[in-house]
Amino acid sequence: MSAQMPAMRSTEQLREKWMKPEVITGSEILLRSLLLEGVECVFGYPGGAVLYIYDAMYGFDDFHHLLTRHEQGAIHAADGYARASGKVGVCIATSGPGATNTVTGIATAYMDSVPLVVITGNVATSLIGTDAFQEADITGITMPITKHSYLVRDAADLPRVIHEAFHIANSGRKGPVLIDIPKDVSAQKVTFEPAQSVDLRGYHPTVVPNRLQLDKLVAAVSKAERPVILAGGGVIYSGGHESLYEFVNRSGIPVTTTLLGLGSFPSGHDLWMGMPGMHGTYTANQAIQQADLLICIGARFDDRVTGRLDGFAPYAKIVHIDIDPAEIGKNVKTDIPIVGDVKTVLDMLNPVVGYSSKADAWRAQIISWKQEKPYKYIDSEEDGLKPQWVIELLNDTTQGEAIVTTDVGQHQMWTAQYYKFNHPRSFITSGGLGTMGFGFPAAIGAQMAHPDRLVISINGDGGMQMCAQELAICAINKIPVKIVVINNQVLGMVRQWQELIYDNRYSHIDLAGSPDFVKLAEAYGVKGLRASSKEEAEQAWQEALDTDGPVLVEFVVRKEENVYPMVPQGSTIDQMLMGDCE
Amino acid sequence: MMTKSHVIAVLVNDQPGVLQRVSGLFGRRGFNIESITVGQSEEQGLSRMVIVTQGDDTTLEQIEKQLYKLIDVIKVVNLSANPMVSRELALIKVKAEPAERPEIMGVVETFRAAVVDIGSGSMVVQVIGDTEKIDAMIELLRPYGIRELSRTGVTAMPRG
Repeated sequence: MSAQMPAMRSTEQLREKWMKPEVITGSEILLRSLLLEGVECVFGYPGGAVLYIYDAMYGFDDFHHLLTRHEQGAIHAADGYARASGKVGVCIATSGPGATNTVTGIATAYMDSVPLVVITGNVATSLIGTDAFQEADITGITMPITKHSYLVRDAADLPRVIHEAFHIANSGRKGPVLIDIPKDVSAQKVTFEPAQSVDLRGYHPTVVPNRLQLDKLVAAVSKAERPVILAGGGVIYSGGHESLYEFVNRSGIPVTTTLLGLGSFPSGHDLWMGMPGMHGTYTANQAIQQADLLICIGARFDDRVTGRLDGFAPYAKIVHIDIDPAEIGKNVKTDIPIVGDVKTVLDMLNPVVGYSSKADAWRAQIISWKQEKPYKYIDSEEDGLKPQWVIELLNDTTQGEAIVTTDVGQHQMWTAQYYKFNHPRSFITSGGLGTMGFGFPAAIGAQMAHPDRLVISINGDGGMQMCAQELAICAINKIPVKIVVINNQVLGMVRQWQELIYDNRYSHIDLAGSPDFVKLAEAYGVKGLRASSKEEAEQAWQEALDTDGPVLVEFVVRKEENVYPMVPQGSTIDQMLMGDCE
Repeated sequence: MMTKSHVIAVLVNDQPGVLQRVSGLFGRRGFNIESITVGQSEEQGLSRMVIVTQGDDTTLEQIEKQLYKLIDVIKVVNLSANPMVSRELALIKVKAEPAERPEIMGVVETFRAAVVDIGSGSMVVQVIGDTEKIDAMIELLRPYGIRELSRTGVTAMPRG
């Protein structure tokens, strides 16, 4: 990691300095309160309504502020930071357009339960509601996509509000919290009194599950002949990956991990079946459809996982473990509901769960499916480099140890299929909202959280152009993200649907006119490399790995490649188009 | 599953925007609102909303769970699951020439309603009761000509 990365300070060392009760401005209260929450890095963009806040940050180096080139870059970077670290990501934006530019990122974090605190400026309280310059009702706009939000009208409330916001964001089902601070409040001088505790009457997430329900699950496991575990992002968010590993080993139940659950279980394990759903493995989908017991752990039965709902897991008794009671029974009728923190639940189950001794034939079946029907593609160079091969190259050269972020589309699915994740928080992707432009800034945030780890940002040529401006902050801060552009000169996933479902009517998917990505990188001062063959690819990628600092590598690949298997929308998940996997 | 009417009481923090949070939740999740009333509760700083909604049991369960996810929601009670008292108030401005007034007064008295204003050609009738009673009152007054109608929506609490 280069020397330009900011040195992180110890919170404990500086705590005394920040805790001093003094008469200070709302802006200074904000900064001190952030420090007391352990914030080391924020992503932001200044503007009129946050001038006092930025003035307070002048010469301030107790935490690092990364100036992105777009508020959308800042919010996605904060999201990547949060997903990679497990800490709350913080983003600051000005009122009006600054605030509305964070909306996509807030929705992205909300859908994937990522803890963020988003601080927006607003016009002065006397101007609110008058359509003042750069005024937007951001608490109103973001109400459906935030876990909670605050419009602060008195600087004396700031310590409490900030403390509550961090607590809400990073507990229960995690999510983004927005704090809107009018300009006069950020200038208002009051005595700073740090918040000591949180008192929220309407907020008490259930962490410890009901024992009786656990007993039912244990009994169901002992009777099951075809049990399956469906594990999701909740395993990672609760820090429950080791508990899951133990649960699987104790119970002997085969496990499939959703897109957001990748990394929650080691991919080399015999009982790991890969990802389920639309582009999931044959094994995982067959197993779910034939299961007599489906234990869903920290996942929410998204439509991309279930396919046609009324034909999903038709023979299975459904167990659903989730910290959000509203997810239980929302999409799939549940026989054994277990509300609680995933890690806590698994840690209570592990001493009492037995081996699923009636499932030996089932385990043998799973292993033979895995051997018979793995992900497959036709590995030829005849019509260009294959994107799947590129992902395998990235995997082989990093032994699955990198932190990988993706954007959205075909490259995202190929990464999920061909990169073999073994650690939690090593795969960062926009699963719920499917936000293009997310992957690259998220990688910057992930790198800020883990300055010493290899971070790879895998993008398509479409999504790369949605937040490409953040090359500037990689260059200027020497943030050594390895940026991969899988360039097929087309919006590949849309092309795939138009080919398979819309009768080859290719409507507005041609990305001709895209920049020369190598020159684009170089224009920002980032090294750019291009590869169009396997040999070039191996060389360029090795050069990227050997380079200290950010590098963009463009892999020019075949346009017509499709992601297989594929479950067409409206089909049950065992009705798979196998394509090249046949 | 059977769709039916439910009456839900929601105890919330008396915060700016709390009505928007609750009504917005109903809107974006496709839950229907027949009526909603908000006012002070027995505790300072808390308001009670009474919401009448339609849906099957699964929908009702989702409504309750989703409401609990709002930080400003303290408690959700499905009032219609148990014996309850529910009341609504309606003001009905009915066309009433002097000659018609005694007849209308007769209807009003039968319903233990009240005339709260008399104009040159109209009267304002105030009726309080459960929704069925108010519906019946309106139907009886309709032949005279209803010029304006304003209903509060249902407020309710458990019996006992």
